[in-house]
Amino acid sequence: MSNLMLVLIVLGLGAVGFVLGRSRAMSVAGGDRRKLHSLPVYYAAHVGLNTIVPALLLLFGWMIVQPMIINSSVSGMIPASAIEEGGNLSLLMSDVRRVAEGLDIAVTQGAMTVSEATNLSADADNVRDKLAAVGVALGSDVTTDTLHAAQRYRAMAATGNLWKSIVAIGAALIGMAVALRLTAVAFRARNVVERGILMVLIAAASIAVLTTLGIVLSLIFNTVEFFQLYPASDFFFSLSWNPSFSGRGGGSELGILPLLWGTLYISFIALLVAVPIGLFAAIYLSEYASNPVRSFAKPLLELLAGIPTIVYGLFALLTVGPMLVSVFGDNGALGVGWMQGGTAVMTAGLVMGIMLIPFVSSLSDDIINAVPQSMRDGSLGLGATHSETVRQVILPAALPGIVGAILLAASRAIGETMIVVLGAGAAARLSMNPFDAMTTVTAKIVSQLTGDSDFASPEALVAFALGITLFVITLGLNVIALFIVRKYREQYE
Amino acid sequence: MTDATQGGPIRTKGKSILELDTRTKKRNAAEARFKGYGIAAICVSLFFLVSLLVTIVSNGVPAFTQTFVNLSVTLDEAKLDKNGNRNIDEIKKVSTFGYKPLINAALVSATDGIETELTDKDLDKILSASAGAVVRDHVIANPDMIGETVEFRLLTSSRVDGYMKGRVVREDLARDKNLDAAHLDLIDVMAERGAVQRTFNWDFIFGSDASESRPEQAGIGVSMLGSFFMMLVVLALALPIGVAASIYLEEFAPQNRFTDLIEVNISNLAAVPSIVFGILGLAVFIQFAHLPQSAPIVGGLTLTLMTLPTIVISTRASLKAVPPSIRDAALGVGASKMQAVFHHVLPLAMPGILTGTIIGLAQALGETAPLLLIGMVGYIATNYPEGVTSGFLDPNSAMPAQIYEWAKRADPAFYERAWGGIIVLLLFLLTMNLIAIILRRRFERRW
Repeated sequence: MSNLMLVLIVLGLGAVGFVLGRSRAMSVAGGDRRKLHSLPVYYAAHVGLNTIVPALLLLFGWMIVQPMIINSSVSGMIPASAIEEGGNLSLLMSDVRRVAEGLDIAVTQGAMTVSEATNLSADADNVRDKLAAVGVALGSDVTTDTLHAAQRYRAMAATGNLWKSIVAIGAALIGMAVALRLTAVAFRARNVVERGILMVLIAAASIAVLTTLGIVLSLIFNTVEFFQLYPASDFFFSLSWNPSFSGRGGGSELGILPLLWGTLYISFIALLVAVPIGLFAAIYLSEYASNPVRSFAKPLLELLAGIPTIVYGLFALLTVGPMLVSVFGDNGALGVGWMQGGTAVMTAGLVMGIMLIPFVSSLSDDIINAVPQSMRDGSLGLGATHSETVRQVILPAALPGIVGAILLAASRAIGETMIVVLGAGAAARLSMNPFDAMTTVTAKIVSQLTGDSDFASPEALVAFALGITLFVITLGLNVIALFIVRKYREQYE
Repeated sequence: MTDATQGGPIRTKGKSILELDTRTKKRNAAEARFKGYGIAAICVSLFFLVSLLVTIVSNGVPAFTQTFVNLSVTLDEAKLDKNGNRNIDEIKKVSTFGYKPLINAALVSATDGIETELTDKDLDKILSASAGAVVRDHVIANPDMIGETVEFRLLTSSRVDGYMKGRVVREDLARDKNLDAAHLDLIDVMAERGAVQRTFNWDFIFGSDASESRPEQAGIGVSMLGSFFMMLVVLALALPIGVAASIYLEEFAPQNRFTDLIEVNISNLAAVPSIVFGILGLAVFIQFAHLPQSAPIVGGLTLTLMTLPTIVISTRASLKAVPPSIRDAALGVGASKMQAVFHHVLPLAMPGILTGTIIGLAQALGETAPLLLIGMVGYIATNYPEGVTSGFLDPNSAMPAQIYEWAKRADPAFYERAWGGIIVLLLFLLTMNLIAIILRRRFERRW
């Protein structure tokens, strides 16, 4: 029985339980719902939930555990000699699984009868051709060991599936029976059901923790694997990034420093654009602008924040890059010849700066508005001009918050991907010229994981080491920034 | 006590009070300058916005029109159905290559009387490589039309299309082996005669992506469906989970370490770079759970995790905005805490929650970086999904991934498609944000 079928059956039983629970509650109350502790619908939901939840939990647990048990039992059958020939155990096991699946498909399609499939022998029948006929392509001929293992796999899976169905449906029925028995006039169905709902709410809230855990674990496991293949000191301190393209690894130089340099350089230029513009825009909007100007300019600024980064990336690649080349390139308007191609640190930094303007301005706007009005009034009352008030009273008071905002923007810039993938170039180099193409941590994560290289090779795994570096840097910046911003808020609240 | 109150003489510098002294002038100038910087900052950012929008529109609009040639192709029975028995299997044996001579003959007759140095064989360079397939599909669908002369509307090649749109100029063709200037002369005459026309390109909006050599055929329709299925996953998971999590945190959570842990996690997840979510999706959903690569369901799950913090933050804000008196009244008439929340607080907070959800969805719709890592690029989305299951599980692209894919390709004709794709994407985002704004205006309550 397929899993979907089982789930549907359990859900169907749940619906039956719901109806039965309601009628049972009404009958124990003698048809008078006022005698019940809770509304009848709670008794119904109690029975329904008791039917569905344990059965589904069991079913999912079974679905995770069964393949593990079968795998370990079947892999014990494969002799050590076969492992040496066939490369490694996991490859052989995937062969076994494929043969087993193929035989199942052959049986369901009617190409083989059940007894034919169980009595195949690797020498007499050409299993590979037979399976190819039903659309299951195998990489190599099937050995006797593999076939035996596959038959064993099928047998265990069949028994397992049978028991799974029995256990799941049994659990549903038992749950229903127990819940029906519990139904009585004094039974506090509402409290029980609400406790169940609370559990669901807690589970939903824990998903955030699980996500963080998932991120950290997946990064750490793969990074550890990477450092077993590639020395960590070379990764952190080598000055060159030069992965081999053979796909099989070997001879790659995977130093993070050139990538970090590119990342920081681009982020620096982006902040150089975004911070002054964003800050002055925020000061103007919160201190000077009249209401109509504010209500016109603020949404427009925020429009910049709503544009997807892929759009900025394309803007960098196809518009800003060529424009910069026409000014700073070999035959450019200035005739300085600093820029060789459209993709450069300057291109990506400039466009990223545009992207960050609304980010800086709306954060600073909030912070400037949080400065108490009395400080403004005091300064103006002493005869300071408006700009003197801003420069000498408001900005110093808001400084910690603004620093926090800039740090948040920096973390955004460091983690930004699409703009640098399209606008910054692919060459990793350590150069001071902002018109050179450079590359960043995020761009290399993309290129290392979307290439053709083998997933277990250091060339692909390095992406996880880059990812964890990125994660740690941005997390650190965020934590510091949030700490500063919060500290600052408390000061004035 | 100051001098003034003592009635002493006020010292002046011998200047009129109506005239500003130099220091005041300086201070006022600084004031004006400072204000000027602010105005300049606003103007610069608005200039960036305008130039971005102008670039998008001016580069993208041409993607919505396409050049076609009207050709009367004689479906020669001798070539398409040698035995004359209209057996569909025999007709199918003629490959698209076999249709080339027919189309060429049609082109020769269409250009009849136009002076050109081109040989007859070279004429079909003005047509898209897809022309043969179009005619073949028509013949296979209507085998009884063999022998007749049928009017076809065939795509021109991307170079010709670019010429009609002003993207390709004659000078460019000197190094181009796909087209000569003589072809363009021919096109000029044909356009005058009305045989070559530029019309609205529905295929761009509803069509599928094409191989790297046929930019004229590429459309964004299939990846739009991919995005649609992804958004369904995000909506179906992120909304309930996000709302449930916010209800717990806002209404039930006790003040303890676990609650603090969850809150810190949510605010940090909101600031994690999106590419890290891509790594998570790759490691957990593809490496660990063996879900199919490039499938919308994987993209949807990854984007769900990314959107959750946004939804939780906005949902909590709208739950907080419901005044406690509502809860107290419900509890006072005997509702349980759970009933008070689900029957009274949640419905009142719903407009705010929906607004937040739509904004979260819009964010997810435009997100590209995580999709790159779970394999939604490099895949050419040429086929429509066959049904709902296949829509979720079969490899597909998504709108932003498709735009990225086009931007990476070598032929500049794809850039126009990429900009056009951006217009479509931005229209979607605009609609979603407008809906959110209208919802907020319509249903927002001030307590």
